[in-house]
Formats: sequence, C-alpha cells, structure tokens
Amino acid sequence: MSVKLLTMSEAIARYVPDGSSVAIGLALEPLIPFAAGHEIIRQGKRDLTLIGPISDVLFDELIGAGCVTRVIAAWVGNVSEGLGYNYRRATERGLPHPLTVEDHSNYSIALALQAAALGVPYIPMRSLLGSDIARDHPRIRLAPSPFDGTPTLLVPALRPDVAIIHVQRADAEGRAHVWGGLGVCEEAALGAQGVIYTAEEIVPSEVILSDPNRVLAPAMKTLAVVHAPGGAHPSPVQGYYNRDHAAYAEYHEQSRTPEGFAAWLHNWVLAQPDLTAYLAHLGAERWRSLAAREKHLAAPVDYGY
Amino acid sequence: MASSATHGYTPQELMVVCAAREIRDGEVVFVGMRLPLIAFALAKRTHAPNATGLFENGLVRDTPSRELLLTMGDAPNILGAEWANRTGALMGLLAQGCANLGFVGGAEVDRFGNLNTSYIGSREHPAVKLPGSGGGADIASLSHRLAIIMAHDKKRFPEHVSYITSPGYGDGGDWRQRVGLPRGGPSAVITTLAVLGFADGTHEMILRTWHPGSSAEAVRANTGWDLHIAPDARETQPPTPDELRIIRECDPDGFWTR
Repeated sequence: MSVKLLTMSEAIARYVPDGSSVAIGLALEPLIPFAAGHEIIRQGKRDLTLIGPISDVLFDELIGAGCVTRVIAAWVGNVSEGLGYNYRRATERGLPHPLTVEDHSNYSIALALQAAALGVPYIPMRSLLGSDIARDHPRIRLAPSPFDGTPTLLVPALRPDVAIIHVQRADAEGRAHVWGGLGVCEEAALGAQGVIYTAEEIVPSEVILSDPNRVLAPAMKTLAVVHAPGGAHPSPVQGYYNRDHAAYAEYHEQSRTPEGFAAWLHNWVLAQPDLTAYLAHLGAERWRSLAAREKHLAAPVDYGY
Repeated sequence: MASSATHGYTPQELMVVCAAREIRDGEVVFVGMRLPLIAFALAKRTHAPNATGLFENGLVRDTPSRELLLTMGDAPNILGAEWANRTGALMGLLAQGCANLGFVGGAEVDRFGNLNTSYIGSREHPAVKLPGSGGGADIASLSHRLAIIMAHDKKRFPEHVSYITSPGYGDGGDWRQRVGLPRGGPSAVITTLAVLGFADGTHEMILRTWHPGSSAEAVRANTGWDLHIAPDARETQPPTPDELRIIRECDPDGFWTR
C-alpha cells in the first residue's frame, strides 16, 4: 500500500499545476481548505479554474491574489458579511485580470460532479427551468425527456483535475474520515481526476479501516494526504474548532479596496511561510478560544462477525 | 420605515415574525441563510413545533440549533441534526417535492416574483456582480411554496429583473407549467415595508399587508410598477411580546435582527 503523505508545499507543487481546474471548498461553509489555498497563492499559481458550490471567502482570496481566470460556482462572496470585493473587482472591472464565471446552482454543480463520479455524460434535472442560469450556461442543455417528452435540463459531467478536501482525519495511505454536512465532497472526490486531503490528524490505518462507511472515497482516488491541523481556519471543523466569525468580518473590512486586500494578503498569506506560522500569527489565545468546548461522541459501530 | 423607537421592534424582527407565520406545523421547510434561520427557530418554538428544516449543505433538522447561526455550516447546526449527508441527496428531496416551503433572499424581485441575485446590469459588463444563486434557484424551482425576504425600495423592485436567477412566475399566468417546472412558485414576499402575495391566475404580485408605520401608498411608491392592492389589504399584525422575546433569545447581539 503506497504512502501518500506529503507536505503542503510538496502536494500543491506536484498536483496543482498552472491552468488546472481545482475543486475546493466543497462542504460549503465548513471544512474549507484555507491553508491549501494560501499555499497555492504563495506558489504563485496562475490561470486556475476554481470549482465549488459556496466556498465562502477562499475564492475571493484566490481571485484577488491573481491565481484564477475562471470560476465555476453557485455562489461567491462572504457568507456572513455580504459581497466578495475581489470577485466584484474581477467581474466588474477585470482587476487584477478578467474572470470568466460559469454560473451554477448548488443542485446543478452537485449533479455535474456526480455525473463525473458516475461515469455518465450528463444527469437530467428539473431545477433551473426558466432560469437565466440555464439559458446562459455554456454546456447545460434543454432537451425533452425521451420517456415522456417533458422539458429537462441536461447537466454535463464536470471532472476537476484535482479536488482539495479538508477532513478531520486520514491515514498515510490516503483514506479519509470526514463528518458533518458533506456538501459535494463525495461527488468531487469520486469525480475528480485525483484528490488531495488536508487533515487535522493523521491516524493509523486501523483507525480508518475500523469504519469504512465513514471513508469518503477509496485510496485509489487519492493523490496526497497532508497533515494540516488548523488548516480550515477560519472555517469550522466539527469536533475540532468553531468558525472564526471575526476573521470574516475583518476580511470584509480589509478587502474593500485593492490596497486593503494587498495588505491583508501580505499579513496573512505572503508573510507566513506555512500553516504553523499562520496559526502563530493568529495567536494562541484566539486559536484556543475557537476550540471545541464539548465532546459529543457517536455511538460505536460494530462491524464484527 | 418602522423604527425600533416608535414600535419597540426592528423591521428585521417584524420580517422574522412574518416569515415564521408562513411555516405551518408539520411542514418541511428549506431554510435559507440569514433571517430565515431565525424564523425557523421561532416557528419551531411557537406554532410549528413539528416543522422540519432542510439545509443545502446536506442537513435535515427537526430541532432548532442551540446557538445563533451565522451560516448553515456553523458547528451548532451539525450537532443534533437528524441527518447529515450530501448536498445532492438533500436536493433530491427538494426535487421530489418534499419541501412544502422554501425561503430565499433577493437583491431584486419583479412583478411576477422572479429573483435576481446574479447581475445588476448586463451579464457581460455588470454594474454589480452579485454572489449568485447558491441554492436559491433550486428552492425557487422545486419547493411547493416560496417565501422571499428582502428590503423594499424601488431599485430592488423593478417591473422586470434584468436577469432571472431564480424563477418566479416568469411573465405570468401558466408560465411555470409551460417551461416545465414541476410545481411551486412564490407565495409571499416579506419586506421591510410590507407582506405581499401573488394574485390567482395572473400570478402578479399584490399587496396584502403594509407594516405599522408604512402605508399602501408608501409601498406603491417604493415599487417599480403599478402595484395592485388586495381588496382585503390591511396593516401587518405586529409581533407579540412572546415572539420578540424568542427572537431576542435566538439573536441576543442582534447580528441579524438589529
């Protein structure tokens, strides 16, 4: 069984080339791989296509940093605060450079990834009939159902080059346990060409194999596993830490202007060589204040026979 | 606009109460972001204890979360959920017709309840690029009833939205059937000035109640077309002390409601 454990910088350097399509921020507001995103920025990745349903401010950060030329998403902004200023500057004024947007809804992007996961060319749906999202989409097609002639929208398969997924724990062989609302993590993990997991904890294989129902995708889909405790901050990780609401408010305030964003980016990303430095910069007291305060363990599951 | 000083409650608190009133006991409700989160909690604690909440990150809840949520992905929303699964599976319930009611917010709404949360101005050169649909377009397409929650002014209430993110009644009448939507359509628009509905048949928006401190004339003046008034239109019933107490327990710092 191959060991896929890499450092964050190795994983990003090796598996996120310029011009690739990256599915990231797939559980909606929790489990967003901010540390991976920041490493992408530090490595100066260019011409990326970002894929995600609602990835909160991570997409805005990557856009502002100049890494992105296309976004395939259902929603881009700052969930608790409002609009994403970098997203607006890019789409309204072409700053730092023009951005192509492929609009989706949460259901259509879930189905697009699911079609790739299922190895089918498209999945039909009735959502978005009459919406300009469907009208303007470059690939979604209106067609009558071959069974009863009723209108359906055909959502073609979307196969990211790489999916980056933050999880609670994984083993070195590339199998991950993740829990909470899964968003489109499973569809993306199965449908992407390959997956990078960033994990709060690296655990022995016995721990992962003790509960195969909780494993997100088989190891054959895994490119790399990175140990990244705190790697989803400021988003929450169930069982580990809560959402840092203040960080989103601070980002909203500071990213209002390009100069403000540049200062934010320098302070939190460019001047911090890695996740350890980022968390030290955050400060131990603030980090401790976010830690989960109670344990709520699930009932054990017995696979014995 | 009603002010807290004049009425003892904020416009947002009144909107939460109006939204909660849309939820019938036992219903399955697609709960959106922001004010609907509090409306769901209020309804569960008052007249709709058996309502079930759907959240697009893949959660079903039959109890309100213990703490105020700033996003549906906040940790208190996951603890105690009845079901935590994939967005696709959750949306499948919506697509099957399991959601009696859905909530959406809008940047713009038009005469037939179509919503724009994508582009102000043209898509090629937008004046403002809005965040997009999220799950809103799905909720508008597939829930049995839709309640829209938003601020009320003439710019937000154009006769025709420049971009239809979330389909309402299109250009009226039986448009939804013609485009192939399986059910649904907006049933209420809850704003900072009023509660509006949709006329049978034409499916054009009509004024049902104006809020205390507002008036039918003020609502019409802030609407970008010749808004019709329902024959039995009257003043919105204000919140009860109990409802306000619950809202303020849910949102003690007034993050959403002040």
